[in-house]
Amino acid sequence: MDDIQRTLLEQVAGLHEMPSGAYNIRANGKSSERATTAHIDIVTKTDKQGIDIVIRPGTKKESVHIPVVLSESGLTEMVYNDFYVGDDCDVTIVAGCGIHNSGDSDSRHDGVHAFYIGKNSHVKYVEKHYGSGDGKGSRIMNPETRIELGENSFMELETVQIKGVDSTKRLTSAKLAANAKIIVTEKLMTHGTQTAETCFQVDLDGEGSSANIISRSVAREESQQIFLSKINGNNRCKGHSECDGIIMDSSKISAIPEITANHPDAELIHEAAIGKIAGEQITKLMTLGLTEAEAEAQIVNGFLK
Amino acid sequence: MLELQNLCFQISEETSESANDNHPNGLTSEKNTSREIIKNINLTFDDHSLIAITGPNGGGKSTLAKLIMGVEQPTSGRILYNGMDITHMTISERANQGISFAFQQPVRFKGIKVKDLLALAAGDSRKKSDTQKTAELTVSQRKAPSLKLPDACDFLSKVGLCARDYLNRDVDASLSGGELKRIEIATIIARNTPLSVFDEPEAGIDLWSFNNLIQVFEDMHQESGNSLIIISHQERILNIADEIVVLADGSVTARGRREDILPELLKGTESCKFYTSSPATPRS
Repeated sequence: MDDIQRTLLEQVAGLHEMPSGAYNIRANGKSSERATTAHIDIVTKTDKQGIDIVIRPGTKKESVHIPVVLSESGLTEMVYNDFYVGDDCDVTIVAGCGIHNSGDSDSRHDGVHAFYIGKNSHVKYVEKHYGSGDGKGSRIMNPETRIELGENSFMELETVQIKGVDSTKRLTSAKLAANAKIIVTEKLMTHGTQTAETCFQVDLDGEGSSANIISRSVAREESQQIFLSKINGNNRCKGHSECDGIIMDSSKISAIPEITANHPDAELIHEAAIGKIAGEQITKLMTLGLTEAEAEAQIVNGFLK
Repeated sequence: MLELQNLCFQISEETSESANDNHPNGLTSEKNTSREIIKNINLTFDDHSLIAITGPNGGGKSTLAKLIMGVEQPTSGRILYNGMDITHMTISERANQGISFAFQQPVRFKGIKVKDLLALAAGDSRKKSDTQKTAELTVSQRKAPSLKLPDACDFLSKVGLCARDYLNRDVDASLSGGELKRIEIATIIARNTPLSVFDEPEAGIDLWSFNNLIQVFEDMHQESGNSLIIISHQERILNIADEIVVLADGSVTARGRREDILPELLKGTESCKFYTSSPATPRS
């Protein structure tokens, strides 16, 4: 692993060295490092690119890291990772993709992550996307996440994309069984001519299930973002989605909510607010001695923290 | 020393909506005419003094405070601070010259914590003693503001808040209006600048023991020797002022020592000779 790959790894997985617990590091199209534990197995798929991550029932306080780094220009890959999480687990899964492209060809990573989560489990899933390199080639990532959440299970999903990804289409779909709960937090910032499209689709199938989708995004310069959220309440359930967007320069953000109650006891709420930074926020920070640019940076950093 | 020289502020009627609360005639609908909010004001604020500005609603008090901080730009006239012309300085430059401003309606931020705001305020005050420091140093200090816990406790306890409960809270809609107002005042305490302007600090903190607020102002004034300009309608605040300025209809209708002005004000606004819109009476 070279320095560029190490930097990417640090950005997407917060890793300075090999993590403890199970991990699989994919670099330039192949698995480069792997470790399993007594409770967590990682198996290479034989029919297509990707891995199966099998977490045994009752696994507690363990983590899995599966970062992907691409530092070769012009590399395109499609990877399928399936997570089988047993009943009564409490695990943290850190995924993420870093692309360094200093060449003129596009580098692209498309990943489909499927989660099959049993009953009474708690899964925290963190996914970070990062791009670097000054080549003309684009850095493209299209992650798809499919989730099936068993009874009484709880999933926290955090996605972060702050820098350097030219084009991204993110599709996340979840089906929830009785009393299952999902909280999705998305943090997104786009620059230049980047485009980012996010679609969340949640089916609240089980009685007492709930979903909370929170998106905070900042679009700068000429970049464009589309945020779609669809929540279907198919039982007695609670669904809430919230999109907060800051537009700067000549960027564009669309928020498209869709909430459908297919059951009389479904309670669904969508909130969306898009606008530039409030002038009085900048004024307040300027009265503390910050310049206008410093005030703006402080507000954006806080918003995406 | 802060000097306002022939200060005027006009708005054109098209923009009158945003300034309605600053003027009793704010709802007039004449178009393409300009309206004077501040009319040729001349005032001097000495160092180490506590000056209260009072007067009827819409008399121009908040506008005057905003002109001092640079939130609004005067139509004509000059503002001098310690002999330096700050009329065209930005808000940041004035802040770095040692002026603080407490908003009447404090601003909320998503994602900025109470400790972040206090750290920015305190960090800035550390360097204000030497405003000649290089800009680079200033920027680097601000990027990583550090706030010592005892200091944070001190700033917050002065406004009646416990640091443990508030430092990690976002300065957002989860805070009540009164909590927000106290945090606003705590940022001014943290800045500890030679001049602080408070725009109706008492508004919204009814439940907080008023004595604490009075104590904060007395400490800032007497212990630190800083100057305070406080816009207020509260007798108890007027009562601790060295001097009182009465502003009505954009003009100074009275100015003098508290002992001379306050008894007149307390006779009741109906009969008070200062609460009229007559032209400014010259200081004796």
